[in-house]
Amino acid sequence: MALPRITSPHATGSNRTRKIMQLVLLATLPGVLVLTWLYGFGTLINILWASAVALGCEAAVLRLRRRPVGFFLRDCTAVLTAVLLALALPPYSPWWLTLVATAFAIVFGKQLFGGLGQNPFNPAMIGYVVVLVSFPVEMTNWPAPRGFEAVSPTLGLVEGLQRILGFSAGLPDAWTQATALDVLKVNKSLTIAELWAGNPAFGSVGGYGSEAVNLAFLAGGLFLLYKRVFTWHAPLGMLAALALMSLLFWNGSGSDSNGSPLFHLLSGATMLGAFFIVTDPVSGATSLRGRLIFGAGVGVLAYVIRAWGGYPDGVAFAVLLMNLAAPTIDYYTRPRTYGHSKPERGFKLGD
Amino acid sequence: MSLILSAVAALAAICLVAGAILGYAAVRFRVEGDPIVEQINDLLPQTQCGQCGYPGCKPYAEAIANGDKINKCPPGGQATVQALANLLDVEAEPLDAPEGEKPRMVAYIREAECIGCTKCLQACPVDAIVGAAKQMHTVIKDECTGCDLCVEPCPVDCIDMLVVGTSVQNWKWELPLPPGQLIATDREQAA
Amino acid sequence: MSAETKIWDFPGGIHPPQRKDLSNRTPIQQPPLSRRLTVPLSQHIGATAEPCVTVGERVLKGQKIAAGSGFVSVPVHAPTSGSVAFIGPQPYPHTSGMLSPAIVIDTDGLDEWCALAPCADFRSLEPLALLDRIRDAGISGLGGAGFPTAVKLTARPQQKIHTLVINGTECEPYITADDLLMREKATELMVGIDILAKLIEPAEVLIGIEDNKPEAIAALRAALGERTYQLRVFPAKYPSGGEKQLIQILTGREVPSGGLPADIGILCQNVGTAVAVHDAVVLGKPLIARITTLTGEALARPMNVEALLGTPVADLLAFAGLDAQKMDRLIMGGPMMGFTLPALEVPLVKTTNCLLAATRAELPPPPPALPCIRCGECALVCPASLLPQQLHFFALGAEHEQLKAYNLFDCIECGACAYVCPSTIPLVQYYRAAKADIRELEQKHQKAEHSRQRFELREERLRREEERKEEERKARAERAARAKAAPTEAAAGPGTPAAPAANEEFKRLKIEASMAQVALKKAEKQLAQHDTAALHAQVAELRAALEAAQQALAGAQADAAQSAAPPVADDAALKKAKIDAAMLRVQIRKLEKLEAPDDEQQAELTSLRERLAAVERTLAAAPSNVPAPAPRPAGEEALKKAKIDLAMKRGELKKAEKAGADEAELTRLRDALAGAEQALHAAEDASGKPAPQLVRTDKRPIDETTRTLKTTVAFARADLRKLERDANAEPAALAAARERLAEAEQKLAEQQRP
Repeated sequence: MALPRITSPHATGSNRTRKIMQLVLLATLPGVLVLTWLYGFGTLINILWASAVALGCEAAVLRLRRRPVGFFLRDCTAVLTAVLLALALPPYSPWWLTLVATAFAIVFGKQLFGGLGQNPFNPAMIGYVVVLVSFPVEMTNWPAPRGFEAVSPTLGLVEGLQRILGFSAGLPDAWTQATALDVLKVNKSLTIAELWAGNPAFGSVGGYGSEAVNLAFLAGGLFLLYKRVFTWHAPLGMLAALALMSLLFWNGSGSDSNGSPLFHLLSGATMLGAFFIVTDPVSGATSLRGRLIFGAGVGVLAYVIRAWGGYPDGVAFAVLLMNLAAPTIDYYTRPRTYGHSKPERGFKLGD
Repeated sequence: MSLILSAVAALAAICLVAGAILGYAAVRFRVEGDPIVEQINDLLPQTQCGQCGYPGCKPYAEAIANGDKINKCPPGGQATVQALANLLDVEAEPLDAPEGEKPRMVAYIREAECIGCTKCLQACPVDAIVGAAKQMHTVIKDECTGCDLCVEPCPVDCIDMLVVGTSVQNWKWELPLPPGQLIATDREQAA
Repeated sequence: MSAETKIWDFPGGIHPPQRKDLSNRTPIQQPPLSRRLTVPLSQHIGATAEPCVTVGERVLKGQKIAAGSGFVSVPVHAPTSGSVAFIGPQPYPHTSGMLSPAIVIDTDGLDEWCALAPCADFRSLEPLALLDRIRDAGISGLGGAGFPTAVKLTARPQQKIHTLVINGTECEPYITADDLLMREKATELMVGIDILAKLIEPAEVLIGIEDNKPEAIAALRAALGERTYQLRVFPAKYPSGGEKQLIQILTGREVPSGGLPADIGILCQNVGTAVAVHDAVVLGKPLIARITTLTGEALARPMNVEALLGTPVADLLAFAGLDAQKMDRLIMGGPMMGFTLPALEVPLVKTTNCLLAATRAELPPPPPALPCIRCGECALVCPASLLPQQLHFFALGAEHEQLKAYNLFDCIECGACAYVCPSTIPLVQYYRAAKADIRELEQKHQKAEHSRQRFELREERLRREEERKEEERKARAERAARAKAAPTEAAAGPGTPAAPAANEEFKRLKIEASMAQVALKKAEKQLAQHDTAALHAQVAELRAALEAAQQALAGAQADAAQSAAPPVADDAALKKAKIDAAMLRVQIRKLEKLEAPDDEQQAELTSLRERLAAVERTLAAAPSNVPAPAPRPAGEEALKKAKIDLAMKRGELKKAEKAGADEAELTRLRDALAGAEQALHAAEDASGKPAPQLVRTDKRPIDETTRTLKTTVAFARADLRKLERDANAEPAALAAARERLAEAEQKLAEQQRP
């Protein structure tokens, strides 16, 4: 009988990377359902297509890098990236748009840096930003949600597929709809009350439809918090910073208003970002205080871009910018080791 | 014309001032001695074995500082080559040793056969052998650098170079494989 | 008990499944005596103990069988009576499965104690006597590290210890040894603490215990009685039993990095150690047994045993009903910090608190590690507030400076980080490997530094010696010049003109001889390269010429010696000085003999001494002028010649061997050497001078023949070895050499047979 030589600890917890990824996937479910209810099958088709592309790209690059393909595909990280990306893209976005975004996210955003755990930027956000910058028209083509059947009917499965594959030239242009953040951004003359009354893009407090989506993602995020998949620090940091910024710069209801805190919290990609993007451990900060700072940075930057930048929503850019800052945040938030009088801070020899 | 002249004059003035500053700095902040030789010497294993072709580690350190290759130290092994490459900021070369890297050795005198000729005493660069004429000699194990220099002079070949093995005291865990690289059993498990 | 029972917390920590009820339901049991006990000599941190018994000796239970060597070391005692069967490397409980020195005892089943020295009233003993008893009982920490207790008690003599912490935490899953010990030996434990408290006189004694041991807590409460020790119960969390963590829990203070608890006036002892101290002081019993948990699902009857040290693990597990088929992993210690044993033959040692025979389902093998995703779980649970994931990255890249900057050496290897790691990275192994690498490199560097110093000192010494020799040579030359000059001035006698001429002649001969030698050497070299008859002839010729030249030179030397021998100058002053000196010496001796010299005599003595010194100086200034007291005996001259002859012959022989001369030539040279040796021995006998070194070399005087034979054997062996190493050696030559060696050895054996 050969007894193995194994290093301690011999007991291990039940926490596994794959399990975490699956939980996060599960937590996107409310958001997916609401999106599907609002826009039809577009989101689901996006998710399936993006997942297939992600797995294909991941497998190809792993093979090229001579890494065990099956072993890494099963960790579900590629699928998670694809799903998050698909949720961020407009439903019914053309197939090639999803392909470019996903392939870029997996190949350039993740594998070229060394694969799982090595990417300095959030791959989903890399892919999103690349297509946002390259194809702004397609990226702002959000369909009209449920409730606008008068303008354009919600697409069925076949019509949706046609639309995605580009066979639907006959569909009317009015089918697309500017989002609330867009409307607010281009507004020059109307007061908030007039906007709210006159534009169907607005719901009760946030953008029409996106309120519900954000609330769904919030629910998913709270589920993950309950499951202790991540700590509250990064999401709270981001939401608090965003709320604080919008409160500070909320100049009433005039035509130059940037919107209320509640509006910002429940519009655009706020909740998706706060609970599914900012909490990405690989590209974020590691220590608790670091995560708080990281989240707060994302919140501030997102508001800055929304209010004064060139894009209606800024979560993706804010995340990427803070990804850049994460190593520095880690350096300055090192904990005090037991038995040391003060924590070592800053850069050390050999950096 | 005067524009060109004034430009040339200005440039010349800048050159003069900068030159003066550099000259002053060279005198004022001169580095004493040649510390690079000391730094190189610190990285060498100090076996004083002469396998590099120099009569000791210090001379080899000086030679390196004067541009000799950094891969001539078999006792130091590839680790020393790497450390030297890091220090001097040059490319690390493969070790120049026909037998490759050898484990750490100590000399051992088979005392029954020693005739007490003192030849090894004179050869030892670190005085790690004790004995006297016509007296049996022995190696102080802790002081021996394993340089081999005592083996050749022995007229009766009673010196062996023994490998310093691992024991319970100095056994150590190996660094695990980098994550994501699977050994055969892992592959089975993963499959 | 004090009402103030504030409990602090430490950062991080985990809550692995306890599994303690597996083994804590039955009382402590006594396993049967094993047939053979293997007692390792190094069961503690520090120097290995030195055996003080011999193989075959009968030992009694409790008898010291190995003494501590050095300050940080403890003695080892016989766990039972029996006879020493073996002393040497034996299996040792270590992951590597390597051997370690041990004493093996064949038990006789009598379990007969040696004489003990119990001391019921320990309060009457001096602290030093107490300390001696603890040291002599071989007590080292029973918690797991095994640091010698007596040393720990005196680690910082200048620092007053104000708090004694007794560690009954036992935070590792599965282990219940301390739990059962506290339940069953609470009284002994309290007395043990009394003894420790008397030794170090702390202001307060804190007993730390996790709240998952209600029976033990109740037993301790009952045993406390009137004592003022504080029993502090705190919630279970791994690793609260670590010394540093327990101190933080109980006092809120932290042991400085790289320091000892004694640096902040705290001393920590395990409950098992305290009971061992009680046994040693009150009962006089050394540490020969300990309580160990036998547990795991591969055992039919998990339990705690009080087993003798040295009992084979296999016997203990068999006693607990081991199902070898089910066992997948055998761990000494707990599942968090224990180490795997590669085999069952190893003995129980002082630090063995648990043997865990786990099944595959219980402790499944670790799945292959995924890359780190920086989830930060490890940093959350690290009790030392390190950044395990950063350390892991630096260890992967062998960035030693960074590892030190991130305080790798503050890691206590508790394994909490690896326990929670979702990527199942063997983090602790990374840290262990990195620590070992860093330590090894530091040792290497230290050794290199040491060697460099020794080398430089040696160079310096050689240089000084060279200088001294040079000076001496110069002084000699000067003296010779003066000696030459002196006769010309003083005597201007008839012998002088001849001297330069003889000198000239001598010089010429010398040059001729050396030139002949050089020519011969060259020819020999050529001969070694191209073996031709012509060259042979040439070499022979040259050799003859050299011999002739050397003879001529020797003749001239003898002449010169004779001509130089007659005393040259013997001036009256020198003689007078000598007489003066002798007289002064006599006077001094007389004065020195006086029992009580008065001042005057004292002064005289001093002045006489001074004068003597002056006279001796003058004498020393002209020693070369003094003739040799007596002509050297002829025998000695011959002896010297014979010695030179022998040395030359030996050199020739060696040269020939090196050049690869044929066997006939070698034999000739060897014969010549033997002849020369014989001549030397004859000369030695003739000179009447003993060969002092030779006699001294050997412990018992041996005769010349034996010595010659021994030398022959050594040379023959060397030849053989050389041939053996040479891959191209001819088999015939090899056989011949072997035969020669055998012959020589046989001769030597015959000679040595009385």
